[in-house]
Amino acid sequence: MGVLLKISTIETLYYDRIYALHGLSLEVKEKEIFTVLGPNGAGKTTLLKTIAGLLKDQPNKGTIEFMGKSIHRLPPEHISRLGIVYVPEDRGLFRELTVKENLDLGCWGRRDKGVKDDYEFVYDLFPILKERSKQQAETLSGGQQQMLAMARAILCRPKLLMLDEPSLGLAPVIAHQVYDALLEISKAGTTILLVEQNAKMALRIADFGYIMETGRIVLEGTSKELQENEDVQELYLGVGGERVSPKGWRLYKKRRTW
Amino acid sequence: MSEIFQYIMSGLAVGSLYALVALGIALIYRSTRILNFAHGDITTAGTFFALTLMGFKLGYALSYFLAIIFGSVIAMAFYFAVLVPAQRRESTNLGQIILTLGFGLILQGLISYFGGTEPQSFPFPLSDSKTFNLGAVVVSELSLGTFAVGIIASLLFYLLVQKTRLGLAMRAVSENLQAAQTMSIPTRKILAFSWGLAALLGVIAGLFLAPALLLDPFFMLEPFLKGFAAAILGGLNSLPGAIVGGLILGVAESLAGGLVSIAFKNTLAFLIIILVLIFRPEGLLGKEFIERV
Repeated sequence: MGVLLKISTIETLYYDRIYALHGLSLEVKEKEIFTVLGPNGAGKTTLLKTIAGLLKDQPNKGTIEFMGKSIHRLPPEHISRLGIVYVPEDRGLFRELTVKENLDLGCWGRRDKGVKDDYEFVYDLFPILKERSKQQAETLSGGQQQMLAMARAILCRPKLLMLDEPSLGLAPVIAHQVYDALLEISKAGTTILLVEQNAKMALRIADFGYIMETGRIVLEGTSKELQENEDVQELYLGVGGERVSPKGWRLYKKRRTW
Repeated sequence: MSEIFQYIMSGLAVGSLYALVALGIALIYRSTRILNFAHGDITTAGTFFALTLMGFKLGYALSYFLAIIFGSVIAMAFYFAVLVPAQRRESTNLGQIILTLGFGLILQGLISYFGGTEPQSFPFPLSDSKTFNLGAVVVSELSLGTFAVGIIASLLFYLLVQKTRLGLAMRAVSENLQAAQTMSIPTRKILAFSWGLAALLGVIAGLFLAPALLLDPFFMLEPFLKGFAAAILGGLNSLPGAIVGGLILGVAESLAGGLVSIAFKNTLAFLIIILVLIFRPEGLLGKEFIERV
């Protein structure tokens, strides 16, 4: 499989001096699901925003290549026209517009014949959106809003779909639905880059994962490798924990291997 | 009794022009959070342009048409040449508002230089003195035309914003700029179009105001302030609110001026605004900004 997105040693700064990304490199291959895991403040959202071009004049250093073309520092409209669609943490919906209008904006600028099929695909995936098509987006529940955001992104026909914590604030059942939908989307041939805190769910569907801490990639591997890694198990998956005293206190902080 | 209808009718005519001015201000505010203080001066520039063209014996329709285009082009040029670079350097909203103020003053200077500060009469095909009798109410040709144009322009504008794809994009951009960018909507072009459209509405209002008032470089100042007040009265965020606000303001000042005293023409109108804003701070049709936590 070809490399779709290649990021080499990018640095992103906030306010010209606060480093959010520290020489980070990663690759996303075609038609697979990639996930980036990490704690709060690791720079996961910053990474996605940098790729989407939403941070002005960033990355400060390094290059981002998409399908062999360098795209860093291009305006966001340009990047999304190349086929990178970003679904932000807050879903980024047009809250005062109806569900249908939101979806129509998803296929803005598309003139191909496939739009109708894509609508059918989306409505098959999330039948609730068809039911609610006349309703204002802000009146939807959190899960429905996430579905709408994903559906709208699919209607852009992205080559790379970037999602920022799609499970955030959702009940486990709904989160599972969302993740099942992601698998469907991936099967239909879309590459996905997923940022998550919920490592268990992300690794369940991902092919390959990166662990990110304080602006760097500290570990990478297939999801199987990551799931078997002891540190990942303890710090991200919450299994293990034998090294805990009978009172339930951890006697020492486990040293990470990275 | 018929007097009241008389005042209401003339108030509606003026109010429909305030509504057009207010629509332009509300449109810009909605989409960019900028109060456009150059709005009146862009309008004046367009109106003077029409006067100049008529000096070349170009005919009413063509001159007015070109004047409207001219106003839109000025507004779009200002957006691209001044506001876009300012935004690129992360200027604050307040800074951009001051930029519009400065642009307005520059235009005022240019108009005074090229157009002269003497009040001039503005030739117009509809006459002020030719009247019709509608029942007991007497309406001049000019007010009837003004009212019709104000309503038709507002209606067309409404259809554009609510029913077309372009309007959908305009609403999307005004609501969530970042999301619109990630949907590959050309946000700059859409915003420039909004600026052009706002100026277009303004110049239409200016063309109909000029024959009733006299044309000088400052003739739009009062209508601009009224339009501004009307936009706030209706709720700055709401386009239908701007129309309603304009009509209410027009009727209120006409009634106050006619029934009480001409000195109260502006007083009562602004009293109403104060009252409305005390009891409904978001304006008549403005939606309270609800943030889901």
